[in-house]
Amino acid sequence: MAYLSLIVLIPLAAVVDKSLEDGFDTFWAAVTNEQALAALKLSLVASGIVAAINAVTGTLIAWVLVRDDFRGKGVVNSLIDLPFALPTIVAGLTLLALYGPRGPVGIDVAYTKVAVILALLFVTLPFVVRAVQPVLMELDEEMEEAAASLGAGNLTIFRRVILPNLTPAILAGVALAFARSVGEFGSLVLITGNLPFDTEVASVFIFGQIESDRVIGAAAVSVVLLAVSLVVLLGISVASRRGARHER
Amino acid sequence: MSARGARLGLRTAALGYLFLLLAAPVGLIFFRTFEHGLGPAWEAVTTPEAQHAFYLTFVMIAIAVPLNTVFGVTCALMLVRSRMPGKALVNALIDMPFAVSPVVIGLALVLVYGNDGWFGGWLTERGIQVIFSVPGMILATIFVSLPFVVREVVPVLREIGTEQEQAASTLGASGWQTFRRVTLPSIRWGLTYGIVLATARALGEFGAISVVSGKLSGETETATLFVEQRFHQFDLTGAYAASMVLAVMALTTLLAMNFLNRRRTH
Repeated sequence: MAYLSLIVLIPLAAVVDKSLEDGFDTFWAAVTNEQALAALKLSLVASGIVAAINAVTGTLIAWVLVRDDFRGKGVVNSLIDLPFALPTIVAGLTLLALYGPRGPVGIDVAYTKVAVILALLFVTLPFVVRAVQPVLMELDEEMEEAAASLGAGNLTIFRRVILPNLTPAILAGVALAFARSVGEFGSLVLITGNLPFDTEVASVFIFGQIESDRVIGAAAVSVVLLAVSLVVLLGISVASRRGARHER
Repeated sequence: MSARGARLGLRTAALGYLFLLLAAPVGLIFFRTFEHGLGPAWEAVTTPEAQHAFYLTFVMIAIAVPLNTVFGVTCALMLVRSRMPGKALVNALIDMPFAVSPVVIGLALVLVYGNDGWFGGWLTERGIQVIFSVPGMILATIFVSLPFVVREVVPVLREIGTEQEQAASTLGASGWQTFRRVTLPSIRWGLTYGIVLATARALGEFGAISVVSGKLSGETETATLFVEQRFHQFDLTGAYAASMVLAVMALTTLLAMNFLNRRRTH
């Protein structure tokens, strides 16, 4: 317990304390500062977009990995975890090498909002896939066969039989991907150029504030990020408890 | 559209996405590193600066991972086996490092252990510098890699139940003996998996460390910070070469995860 408080609880409490050091007005002014707002907005909007894309691509990849069969599937399956294992700074650098100014394919998205989305898609790739995959494996194919024998087409089967069963897992994965995206830093610093009001996300803004010794500003925006991640964490745990009750 | 056609279409879409997002960029890093032959890449990662950076990353892992392993097993045992108040709070706290931005983690540590921080004065009086030096970086690494072992061991402990442990203690085994001879062997694959994940996370930590380290080249610079520093110095060969070393370590981790996953499900 002492270990947990020294390393996690006390430091996080210190951030909240610091942000309110000069009263609530200072806190509010720091959060509603134009540059801070722009950064927070970009983080939340980009994370929302990334979460939505992941809901589709993650489910698609999980489906292909479970129901399809092709040579090299095992390799593809283990590659999914690469973004978890690869240091984020390396992830950013690799994307910049391919999709940056000196990239071999002539696509240059560096220092744009597209780069923010691209980097976030890279680091959040495993969440939905890994959440959906085990559920899809457990899913009884008899239900689908029954639907097919009753004349349902592929799309109807997917929409009416498969999707409802997968929804809780997809949502859990999406929530994790969103939480991760909101705070992401390492993969973004190289590829986004960190232009204020344009490609500067919340975590990069906080970093800039720390570097220029505006600690209260950094702490205030951090508190907002902490609140967002707490809400997402709570949401996941409430949803999973409700799911567990349904199963019983 | 035929079922076969649909299947092929979906497969192509999924693999195409993975190729463009994952395989192509990572593959390109390998290519770029050796573009000018093996020599420059080798030189770039064997400079004293680079060697020190990798050495420091190794030190971080060597300290943070064992501490988190001991903590993780103790904490998991407590969460699963004992009834105590505040379990929900402990549970939530353990997951915090997953959800908190690395930069916020760094800031949090500065506010507590920095010179103007809560414990800063006390520490400075005793001549201990935590922030902008190695101890702070170790704290940051511990913070980010904290949840992995707990989260992997808890479900295994739930699964195995207490029957065997109770049998051991009725036969006269002490608490420690029961743990070492009964509990530990049954959690070993989950535990190892957790350790691998924690190591991977510690290896790649960047945001939190970049706040607390002060980035003194050759002193408080880890491998990931070295990559960034080389990039900003326009030494792309150096940045790519160091990245490639890290990527190889990541791939090794991936292989280990794969292997352990297979063991675990048996």
